[in-house]
Amino acid sequence: MTENITSALAKFIAEKILKQANKVIKPDEALISSGLIDSFSLMDLAMFVEDTFGVRIEDTELNAQTFDNLSQLTDLIASRQ
Amino acid sequence: MTTLSNLLHRSFLEVPEKRSIVLQYSSQPDQELTYRQLILGANQYALTYAREEIQPGEVVLLILQHGQDLAFSFWGAVLHGAIPAIMPFLSEKLSPERYRADLASLISITKPVAIITSAEFESEARSALVPGDSIRKVIVTNTIEPQSEPDFDSLQGMKAAPEDIVILQHSSGTTGLQKGVALSHKAVLNQLEAYSKAIQLDPEKDVIVSWLPLYHDMGLISCFLMPVLLRVPVVELSPFDWVRAPYKLMQSVSQYKGTLSWLPNFAYNFCANKIRERNLEGVDLSTWRAIINCSEPVHAESHRLFAEKFEKFGLNPLALQTSYAMAENVFGVTQSSLEAGPTVVEIDRESFMMERIVTPPVAGRSSMKVMSSGRPLDNTKIRVINENGEDNLDRMVGEIMLQSNCMLTGYYNRPDATELAMRDGWYMTGDYGFLADGELYVSGRKKDMIIVGGKNIYPQDLEALTSEVPGVHPGRTVAFGMYDEEAGTEEVVIIAEVDSEEPSEQEVIADAIRKHVTKSSAIALRHVKVVGEKWIVKTSSGKTARSANKEKFLRELGSEK
Repeated sequence: MTENITSALAKFIAEKILKQANKVIKPDEALISSGLIDSFSLMDLAMFVEDTFGVRIEDTELNAQTFDNLSQLTDLIASRQ
Repeated sequence: MTTLSNLLHRSFLEVPEKRSIVLQYSSQPDQELTYRQLILGANQYALTYAREEIQPGEVVLLILQHGQDLAFSFWGAVLHGAIPAIMPFLSEKLSPERYRADLASLISITKPVAIITSAEFESEARSALVPGDSIRKVIVTNTIEPQSEPDFDSLQGMKAAPEDIVILQHSSGTTGLQKGVALSHKAVLNQLEAYSKAIQLDPEKDVIVSWLPLYHDMGLISCFLMPVLLRVPVVELSPFDWVRAPYKLMQSVSQYKGTLSWLPNFAYNFCANKIRERNLEGVDLSTWRAIINCSEPVHAESHRLFAEKFEKFGLNPLALQTSYAMAENVFGVTQSSLEAGPTVVEIDRESFMMERIVTPPVAGRSSMKVMSSGRPLDNTKIRVINENGEDNLDRMVGEIMLQSNCMLTGYYNRPDATELAMRDGWYMTGDYGFLADGELYVSGRKKDMIIVGGKNIYPQDLEALTSEVPGVHPGRTVAFGMYDEEAGTEEVVIIAEVDSEEPSEQEVIADAIRKHVTKSSAIALRHVKVVGEKWIVKTSSGKTARSANKEKFLRELGSEK
């Protein structure tokens, strides 16, 4: 179950945000603190999560303290489903 | 002719209880500052600058986040006669090492004598200092003088002359930070007089709402200096909060009956695409009389998206306006007519793109819509001059030059850069455009500057950073911007030549470029293309030809799809 979440997130980030469809994103790879995802794209990610998994991420949670990699984001989504 | 300090003094006497700035925060109640409170706070800083033996005419560097101390320390510098320059705060994604290097490069040219910052940032600021540099003091916000009644007779800034430099504005990156635009009291006040007339500013009725950062001319002049000096209330959100919750702009306009805002083009797309209707319940935007698009190329499609999204919340589509603005003219150069809105003309795409000629659409060929940035302000003259030296022909594309009574005094401590930018008393903007029926259409840049989300980026800075990545051939890199229709702004493309032809190795280097450049410039990259030897097109003199490389990249991208 969580693998599906992780792979859907990875696909979205690689294709839509980084525009490098073949890019492999490791589960523990830093996304926000590394600057891989910038603040403008954080909103896209939050909207994708809400539309795909029915889970809301509040704007105050869009920071590296709440989640900074795929595995943390997957846990956050799973805990709210 | 008066000065900024005199205007503050008068407001202190005449409208002490009038609302000046409302600061909004993500997790605290709004903080309202009247003119009296603002000037009392500024006076605390003026006294602190005096205590720290900062002399009038010396530069102080403000490194502070959204909040009252940024406003107080800025106006305190004006009251003391010191020259404030606002430096962006260290962001999460920028590496501290690069920030330090940028700060050091600014210090080496601008030679500020003090840094004003918060306690939490003090050690960071100090780590950028080197023995023998110009910084004598690091002033922390919790060490400022207690509040007292201002004694205007002893405040040094009251003695300033209209020709004295009052502020410096920098743009970003290593190149931008080494070119501080120096502006006099007179230039600022002449700009405000002309610009406020163009937008029919009314201190009794208008309320400005802004999320713009103050280290950028659009935020600093239109949403900070102009409202404070002309007694128009301004509501300020933090840019950091806005980008995570763009709906807050609409909620603030509704709550404070906002009438005016300035936005870079991308923000129209961003708001239209990324605001959920659940966050707009009860929002009323009918008071918003002008939302002015400036600081990056303007697109009619962005206006259309914005109007379509917010009309049902009371937005008047005629409120969408444009302006062409730059720090070198303090701010505004042109402004669209608030009655009629910006003109949109349809022209033939090919002759415009290939030959830089503006012609009516031709049946059977593709056309494009271009939106005007309006007419020159009353105090500003514009000329458009092409490569043949032909001047001001209607519908002819060329470089935009300007002359006004509000131009920069010069790039601070950079007579070389100032001389390059000026020709016979005209400022050469480096932007391309054309005039049609007296309105200016800005079509691109002669300089290869990339503008992402309103932020100016010099490609040579990004190319130098890319060259630092192991595996990349130094000097064989190219960076350019590519317009993204959906985002309403440019995306950054980087191409780098490497030895390896192995796709997996190239992927590793592409990742490393992404990380290094982003960490060092705070710019997220969209396309990173790693290529083999001899991909990059160079000119005969060995310089990288950015436009030729961009065309090659677009051709390859097109054939992949």
